[in-house]
Amino acid sequence: MRKLKEFIIEKLILLCGLASIFFVAMIFLFLLKEGLAVFTTVNPFDFLFGKSWYPISEPAQLGILPLILGSLLVTLGAAIISIPIGVGCAVYIAEIAPPKTKETLKAGIELLAAIPSVVLGFIGMVTLVPLVKSIFHLPTGLTALSGSIMLAFMAMPTIVSIAEDALYSVPKTYKEGALALGATHWQTIWRVMLPAASSGILAAVMLGIGRVIGETMAVMMITGNAAVIPQSILAPVRTLTATIAAEMGEAVVGSEHYFALFAVGIVLFVISFAINVTADLFLHKRQ
Amino acid sequence: MLKKIFIVTCLTVFPAFCLASPDNNSIQIKGSDTMVNLAQSWAEKYMEKNSSDFIAVTGGGSGTGLSSLISGTCDIAISSRNIKEKEITLARQRGINPNEIKVALDGLAVVVSPANPVSEVTLAQLADIFTARITNWKELGGKDEKIVLLSREVNSGTHVYFKEHVLRKNDPASREEFAPGALMLSSSQAIADEVAGNPAAIGYYGMGYISKNQKPLAIATDENSAYEAPTIENVISNKYPISRPLFFYTNGAPESLVKKFIDFALSKEGQDIVIATDFVPAAK
Repeated sequence: MRKLKEFIIEKLILLCGLASIFFVAMIFLFLLKEGLAVFTTVNPFDFLFGKSWYPISEPAQLGILPLILGSLLVTLGAAIISIPIGVGCAVYIAEIAPPKTKETLKAGIELLAAIPSVVLGFIGMVTLVPLVKSIFHLPTGLTALSGSIMLAFMAMPTIVSIAEDALYSVPKTYKEGALALGATHWQTIWRVMLPAASSGILAAVMLGIGRVIGETMAVMMITGNAAVIPQSILAPVRTLTATIAAEMGEAVVGSEHYFALFAVGIVLFVISFAINVTADLFLHKRQ
Repeated sequence: MLKKIFIVTCLTVFPAFCLASPDNNSIQIKGSDTMVNLAQSWAEKYMEKNSSDFIAVTGGGSGTGLSSLISGTCDIAISSRNIKEKEITLARQRGINPNEIKVALDGLAVVVSPANPVSEVTLAQLADIFTARITNWKELGGKDEKIVLLSREVNSGTHVYFKEHVLRKNDPASREEFAPGALMLSSSQAIADEVAGNPAAIGYYGMGYISKNQKPLAIATDENSAYEAPTIENVISNKYPISRPLFFYTNGAPESLVKKFIDFALSKEGQDIVIATDFVPAAK
C-alpha cells in the first residue's frame, strides 16, 4: 500500500516536471505554425532586414529591422544602467552592509520587483518623460533613454538577488585566505570574491536582460513607438513587444498582418531563449 | 417551461454560448475609440428605457471592432472608417455579411499647443507635415523648432482616415505614409496630453477631445479657400475639410434587438445624444 502511494506521488511529480516542458513546446509549435505562414508572402530576408513597418498599407510593408534595433537599443541602455548599480548593490549587500541594513535593503529590492510594470510606465510617463525632454532639450521626451531608465528599475531586482546569491555561495575560505594574506577588504572583493562569483553574476545579468527584452507595457507607454531606425538613444523607438501589443487587436485572424505579428513573436522568443540559454551555461559553469 | 429552464441554465452556466444564440437580450458592441463614448451614452439611455436589455460597449479601435465582427464575437462593430475590401472578403469567407449604417459625423481636429503661434494650415501643408517634407515650424511661420508628429496607432480608424484623406488626398493609387519618425500613441487622450505639454507637437483626433489645453488649427482645402475651424456648424455645412462619417456595422440587415437599438440611435433622441457628446448628427 505504501509503495503504491509512493509510486503515485512519484509519477504525479514527474508529470508536473514534464508539464512545463510540454507547455513550452506547445507554445513554440503554435508560434511556428502561425508565424511561419507570413513567409509565404514575404521573404525572410526582407522581413528581418526590411526598413519599413507599414503593416496595414496595401501592399503591406513588413520589415522589422527598426523594431529589432529598437528593442536592442532599449535593452542595451537598460543594461548599461542596471548592471553597475545592480552588481554594486549586490556586493554591498553580500559583503559590506551590517545585518540590519542588509535586511532593509533586501526587503526594498523585493518591493521594487513587486511594482507592476504598468505602474512604472505610468510614473515614467508623468515624471521621467518631461525630465528627459527638458534636460536634453529634445523635441519630445518619449525616447529610448526614458524606456531604458524605467526598464533598468525592472532588471535591477533580478540582477541584485541572483548576484548576491552568487557572492554568498563563494566558499568562506577564499575570503579568509585573502584577508590572511594581508589584502584589504576592497582588494578581497575586487580580486577574489568577484572573480570567484563571476559566472553567477554573468547569469544574473543575462536573466535581468531577459526580463527587460520581454517587457511590454512600460516601453509602449514611454518610448514613443515610432518605427524608425534609431539614430541615437535620445530618439523615439518602437520595440518588438510594443508592436505585438499595440497591433494584435487590429489584426484580423488569418490575415498577413496577423501572421507577421506571430513571426515577430518568434523573433522575440528566439532572442530571449538565446539569452536564457547563455545564462544557464554560465550558471552550470559555476557548479 | 422547458424552454425557460433551458434559457435560465444558458444564462447562468454558458453566458458566452448564449451571446451567440438568437433569443438572448444582450448586444455586444465593439470598436472605434472615437465612438466609444457616444455608443456608451446611447447604450445607457437605451437601457434606462428598456431595462430588460443589456448592451455592452468596448473600445479597442475600429479595426479591432471589425475583426471581432468578422470573428463573430460582437453584434455591432462601431467604426470611424469604411470597411476595407480585404475585410469584406475575409468576412464573406466566414459567412458574415457586413452591413453598413451611418450613424453620425465627426470632424477631425488637427491640434497644436496654445503656445504655438501657427494657427492655420492648408491640406497640402498638413500632408507635407505628416510625411516629414516640412520638418520645422518656421516653414509655417512659427518658431525655429523641429515638428514632433503625433499619430494614433495603426488599429485606429482615425489613423486610417487621416492617412487616406489627408496624406493620400483621397487618391487610392497614392503610396504616401506617415513619416516613420511619427510617434504612435495608443489613445486620443495620450495625444491630447502630449500636445498640451509640448509646444512643438502636432496631432489629430476627433473634435470631442478638444479642450482649452490644445489649439485646433483652422484648415483650408487649398491656398485660395478660406481657413475653417473645426466646429459643429462647419462640419454640417461641409465647410470644414476633414470630417468623416461614423458607422455601425452589423452582420446582415439588423434584426430584433440590434435593430431596436440602431433605430434608437438614429431617432431624434439618439441624435441629440450625438450633439451632447460633441459629434455631429448624421445628415438625413
